Amino acid sequence: MTDQEILRPYGTDELVEAVGQAAARGQRLEVRGGGTKSAIGRPGRDTALLQIKGFDKVIDYDGPELVLTAGASTPLADIETLLAQNNQMLAFEPFDHGVLFGLPPAATLGGVIAAGVSGSRRLTAGAVRDHFLGLRGVSGRGEAFMGGAKVVKNVTGYDLPKLLANSWGQLAVMTEVTLKVLPRPQTVQTVVLSGLDERLACLVMGQALGSQADVAAAAHLPAEINGGLTLTALRLEGFEPSVKARVQMVLEQFGATVPCDVLPPEASALLWEQVQHVRPLQGEGTLWRINVPPMAGSEVTEQLKPYGARCLLDWAGGLVWALLPTTDGGQGVRDVASALGGHAMLIRAPEALRRSIPTQHPLAPGVAALTQRVKDGFDPAAILDPERFI
Amino acid sequence: MPVPDGAVLSRRGEIVAALRGIVPGEGVISDPASLRAYESDGLTAYRQVPLVVVLPETTAQVSAILRWCNGAGVKVVPRGSGTSLSGGALPLEDGVLLGLSKFNQVLDIDYDSRVAVVQPGVTNLAITRAVEDRGFYYAPDPSSQIACSIGGNVAENSGGVHCLKYGLTTNNVLGVEMVMMDGEVVRLGGQHLDPAGLDLLGIVVGSEGLLGVVTEVTVRILPKPQTARALLLGFETVERAGQCVADVIAAGIIPAGMEMMDRPAIHAAEAFVHAGYPLDVEALLIVELDGPHAECDYLVEQVARIATVNGAVTSRVSTSEDERLAFWAGRKAAFPAVGRISPDYYCMDGTIPRRRLPEVLRRMAALSDHYGLKVANVFHAGDGNLHPLILYDANQPGELERAEEFGADILRLCVEVGGVLTGEHGVGVEKRDLMGTMFTEIDLAHQQRVKCAFDPHLLLNPGKVFPTLHRCAEMGRMHIHHGAVPFPDLPRF
Repeated sequence: MTDQEILRPYGTDELVEAVGQAAARGQRLEVRGGGTKSAIGRPGRDTALLQIKGFDKVIDYDGPELVLTAGASTPLADIETLLAQNNQMLAFEPFDHGVLFGLPPAATLGGVIAAGVSGSRRLTAGAVRDHFLGLRGVSGRGEAFMGGAKVVKNVTGYDLPKLLANSWGQLAVMTEVTLKVLPRPQTVQTVVLSGLDERLACLVMGQALGSQADVAAAAHLPAEINGGLTLTALRLEGFEPSVKARVQMVLEQFGATVPCDVLPPEASALLWEQVQHVRPLQGEGTLWRINVPPMAGSEVTEQLKPYGARCLLDWAGGLVWALLPTTDGGQGVRDVASALGGHAMLIRAPEALRRSIPTQHPLAPGVAALTQRVKDGFDPAAILDPERFI
Repeated sequence: MPVPDGAVLSRRGEIVAALRGIVPGEGVISDPASLRAYESDGLTAYRQVPLVVVLPETTAQVSAILRWCNGAGVKVVPRGSGTSLSGGALPLEDGVLLGLSKFNQVLDIDYDSRVAVVQPGVTNLAITRAVEDRGFYYAPDPSSQIACSIGGNVAENSGGVHCLKYGLTTNNVLGVEMVMMDGEVVRLGGQHLDPAGLDLLGIVVGSEGLLGVVTEVTVRILPKPQTARALLLGFETVERAGQCVADVIAAGIIPAGMEMMDRPAIHAAEAFVHAGYPLDVEALLIVELDGPHAECDYLVEQVARIATVNGAVTSRVSTSEDERLAFWAGRKAAFPAVGRISPDYYCMDGTIPRRRLPEVLRRMAALSDHYGLKVANVFHAGDGNLHPLILYDANQPGELERAEEFGADILRLCVEVGGVLTGEHGVGVEKRDLMGTMFTEIDLAHQQRVKCAFDPHLLLNPGKVFPTLHRCAEMGRMHIHHGAVPFPDLPRF
């Protein structure tokens, strides 16, 4: 909508005022940081745009404390650069959705937290929620509040950061966030196994993760999305002597039965960047993000084949990115995910589809009611974009 | 604690009968002698005999109990093994104590997916025992792990000495089945990794039994590392030990465990278990590294080098599993060791930014002089979690009160330097009244409305965590902005 009202509060006081007034007027708000995920969700909602800019300073960063506090609209890229200069990282491997939508990278720290964006290492290092320690923000009540803290170990009161991660801005507008940061691995290598079908790939990835080789990430690229070559990737990272030893452990575990290759650091980084940004599934089609128990990953790909799906498996099979023809109505994907004990979220889809089905997977009735009551507590006037995922 | 409701006390017979209707046989305990066994948890300074104890065996029974109590306006306190150090399971005079000890089965283990599904009464260590023959373990290891239950771990978000590398309970639990106060059974999370909507599992873990009663837990299990080695490092000053910790982390090393003890703790531990600790140092570090042999060997060298640079006067590396365990023996026995040199001790649990450690220890020494009570410190050095042990004698009039005041001052100090009231023991009853030092009324209201979403009548474990209990209707009220009540036609709760 081109005539959408735009609010640009500067500083917490103005933000409190803007949200408070919106609550009083019943004006719904679309909260936007970098705008890289704006095309996710139901289109054409009646909202004013709440543009979060200016909360973009690094407030405290002390590497050995493993903690970083920064404004919520700080560009993700800036944070990653700062951390890299200090040989540290955000271990959950957030990524920029701009790549998925053909936009320039612009993701903010608050945006990746609100959307729960975790990459391949999530499998072993945990998600955004596992590294999100504290926040300041303004709830839908127009009240500034804080939750969590700025130390890595804390159980004082309810763990509000867990609720805010993956809340898509529907509880509060975050202004300041504190994250746990970790040392960047000294080196990385990837063992790639060729020719496994999806079922065997999931089994192999599971066995590798159950070994003492301390595999950091595990993904599978079927032939049809990888230039005709089926490839299962096991990432090993850490200190040089350790990585060397663990590559040998993986080769000993699988080398006798499966053709294996070892990618050095540069080639490894390239491969995982592709997986991270779902590059093999760029282009025409509807992109789904399907969460299932890891061993069910191959079953998802199998059951979605009749729908013309092309899939990329990450998280040892627990995350399936599926590209379906734009003509697909989506019910099949939802049914498959539900039946396998998981859920499916619509990421990139034509407007018509985003109007006809909810973007997020419908919740069980009891959980849905509970979720609504939690939302009502933070946002009783229901102004924080309540229709985005309906 | 909330003033007991006389009307509920007078209905005791009716309540016991109703519970017997749900849980047959010995599952309802009402005779005074047997009830006394439940009068406190690990925080023994607080005692209260419960109205009645019920020990259900099935989720359906838990659901029926909660539904009945909710309808009858009767409070319920859930209890696992009763090892809470913050009074999380302290009973109420007018409340039903709901014990989960009969939920003691490991239901399913899936090694391919690396998960175990267990009932909440299974002990933390029993999970590891159930999977260790296949080379797996459950990572969080609170020091009470032989006794504490996984349900209690979920309630308290328990940690342990290995949580810097492997996380707290919240980072190792994938899903729960939970009964809400109105009897509804919900499943949060599962064997998949990310939630479909709000991360309700994330808020339930660490909610100290105020949101629901967990009846099944799905945890992540990990392959046991190939090996583990430890270093025992002694320093002439706390500053040097602290700098060594910072330098280890700055070198990109996250040890499996990194523990510090101060002089009083070292001496108490050595006198108790004769672990071979040096007695001429001010601070002792135990640094444990785990993983493949090649990694451990490499990192042990790195840490030893960093320790030398920081002037370590003792530096020993474990060369056998026995020696590694000997290094740990003193640390693991630190609490009972202190218990041997003092009639009573009071264990605190604040977290601070590690860089403030020397200052905090100096000010703690000054407080120790002020209150005339000794203090020994053990410290999860990697993550800044302090466990000051205040020594006192409860038989001396006024000493318990002085110890509690001293403890409260230590926690205020932790908050003042940018830390928190509790790193792993929970708020419970103990730190409830200090919540205001960390949170404003508005901050707390945002937490309490979550409580209202789960338990609108505030019947589940009331009197814990929050210093004041606001009615949910009052909490839900919107402030009037800019002279207008928003949405006058919207229904209010």
